[in-house]
Amino acid sequence: MAARTLYDKLWDAHVVRRESDGAAPHGDSAIAATELIYIDRQLLHEVTSPQAFEGLRLAGRRPWRIDANLAVPDHNVPTLDRARGIPDPIARAQLQALDANCAEFGIRKIDLLDVRQGIVHVIGPEQGATLPGMTIVCGDSHTSTHGAFAALAFGIGTSEVEHVLATQCLLQKKAKNLLIRVEGVLGRGVTAKDVALAIIGRIGTAGATGCVIEYAGSAILDLSMEGRMTVCNMSIEAGARAGLIGVDNKTIDYLRGRPLAPQGALWEHAVQAWRELVTDPDARFDRELMIAAADIEPQITWGTSPEMVVPVGDRVPDPASFADPVKRAGAERALTYMGLKPGTPMASIAVDQVFIGSCTNARIEDLRAAAAVAAGHRKANTVIRVLVVPGSGLVKQQAEREGLHEVFLAAGFEWREPGCSMCLGMNADRLAPGERCASTSNRNFEGRQGQGGRTHLVSPAMAAAAAIAGHFVDVRRL
Amino acid sequence: MEPFTVVRGKALPLDHANVDTDAIIPKQYLRSIRRTGFGPFLFDDWRYLDPGDLDVDPAARRPNPDFVLNDSRYAGAVILLARANFGCGSSREHAVWALKNYGFRCVIAPSFAEIFFNNCLKNGLLSIVFKDNDIDDFFAAANRGEDFMVDLPAQRVVVGGRVYSFEIDPFRKRCLVESLDEIGLTLDHADAIHAYEARRHRQAPWLFSSS
Ligand code: SF4
Repeated sequence: MAARTLYDKLWDAHVVRRESDGAAPHGDSAIAATELIYIDRQLLHEVTSPQAFEGLRLAGRRPWRIDANLAVPDHNVPTLDRARGIPDPIARAQLQALDANCAEFGIRKIDLLDVRQGIVHVIGPEQGATLPGMTIVCGDSHTSTHGAFAALAFGIGTSEVEHVLATQCLLQKKAKNLLIRVEGVLGRGVTAKDVALAIIGRIGTAGATGCVIEYAGSAILDLSMEGRMTVCNMSIEAGARAGLIGVDNKTIDYLRGRPLAPQGALWEHAVQAWRELVTDPDARFDRELMIAAADIEPQITWGTSPEMVVPVGDRVPDPASFADPVKRAGAERALTYMGLKPGTPMASIAVDQVFIGSCTNARIEDLRAAAAVAAGHRKANTVIRVLVVPGSGLVKQQAEREGLHEVFLAAGFEWREPGCSMCLGMNADRLAPGERCASTSNRNFEGRQGQGGRTHLVSPAMAAAAAIAGHFVDVRRL
Repeated sequence: MEPFTVVRGKALPLDHANVDTDAIIPKQYLRSIRRTGFGPFLFDDWRYLDPGDLDVDPAARRPNPDFVLNDSRYAGAVILLARANFGCGSSREHAVWALKNYGFRCVIAPSFAEIFFNNCLKNGLLSIVFKDNDIDDFFAAANRGEDFMVDLPAQRVVVGGRVYSFEIDPFRKRCLVESLDEIGLTLDHADAIHAYEARRHRQAPWLFSSS
């Protein structure tokens, strides 16, 4: 068989049938065939599933394979006083809908008060519900996170959630193969988040549209599984359908003994198969990009799109410096929204709030990095609030075992219950109009963290450092 | 879902690149568990001067006179003209429901974010890709207030006496024109799915253990 990329292998292993042949190339718009792809795992949460279950009910259909699904509430849940219930009646109805739907169809669900509850993309790997070689979908774009385990994982809309519930399949077109190699050693204070932001800064938010990115190179393989998840998580911010990293010992070590991972002889059999989940040495990619790890500095966004990003030592760019008129107009609009003047040193920008959390950066390693910076310090008086929201109850437990929560509390940070929280501000955790936030999440869109709120995306260490100083600082100088 | 054949009407020009789904429908409306009722909240942050929520009457809010959706010249537009990378960001299908509920039948842009593009087709909202210079023609025509005709069976857009052809996946086209139930179509192949599962179970039994 011809040499194949990891994506080719995952795709080939999941084709059920070819639906239509697509169309012959016309100009530059060849249309790929539509194929029916089998889905091994669907993760469900309260916000994008109610209408899918309703559709199923209206059509009188049942789920095709109940055990392929796992549900958890995360997007809309409060991060304080959970035992007292959900005060917002609309949010409460949405959570009750998830409960009722899972009960009606017999779908496994992790409850709000269960210690395993957390952000869907944190608990998937944590529970071993994410396994190499799987196709994984969820009604959430950051499903790309799970690609760190050599699983083909991507976000889908609610109609597709219903399609997977009813048929265990999806209609898909094969994407193109894009290889991003990061070679060398990351500098001190440079993290997986900085790698992700630097890549997006380089190729733009539509740079990988129509592609599945495979991340490779020594700097990627040196990352822990947590760091790899951070990188794959933000593939969607580069426009990619999914991100992937091949299987190695770290992948296997992470999964060993996880509750939903195979055990005993089945585990041995699985590990043998998983070892094949790497790109063949002479496989061809449609596009390749190489980045030197040594060139990546701690990153910080200045605008309202993740591609509007610079190294921390830089200044707010001048829109006039963009040759492309669309980019120039976008930059002008972004600076107005962000309340920033061209030429301002990024490190001089003061923040009102700090958010350490989200499926990008709320795993144990992220909390350790933030705590290492915060230890022995207090947040600046000018900073109104610093939220630390662990990615799951198990992450929270682990952090408390290590005493990280004490570090945060001593620094004047708030230690919350797990969930999406201020990543999207659906619950009570949000920015007021005009407030500026150093955030470890993945999107800095207008209004993302609250109407009129201003978001700067950074790594957990950079966020903690901004909380202490009251403005952005280069973590390498601490 | 109504079949999509020929749609005629005005086009609303939304002249920004990278319009994200948070802008199309902000997060507070995602608490609704219905597929309908999102029309009044389409482009909410841009469209109104005061904040809104599911339980705030949109009629009592202050429209932003500078936003194109509030420009009476485009009232009743059925086509949305947009710039590159339209619909980027989250997978929320609520964005498509809001566009549909508002009355749009078709979105035309030089490029779309992928999940959004798929979500459109699942809801009978035709998303069409055209080259940048065609898009510039369309913006000019929309600004002049010309009527557009989108003919899906013939795969063409007619405006200002000119005909512009577009590409679409034949399967997707059939689903839209005949308003087919894609889930029903897939279930017609239940035997193929069972056969796949049996084969896959032999190769990778751990994928089917219900521990
Ligand atoms: S943390 Fe943010 S990006 Fe991640 S799943 Fe939740 S809302 Fe989506």
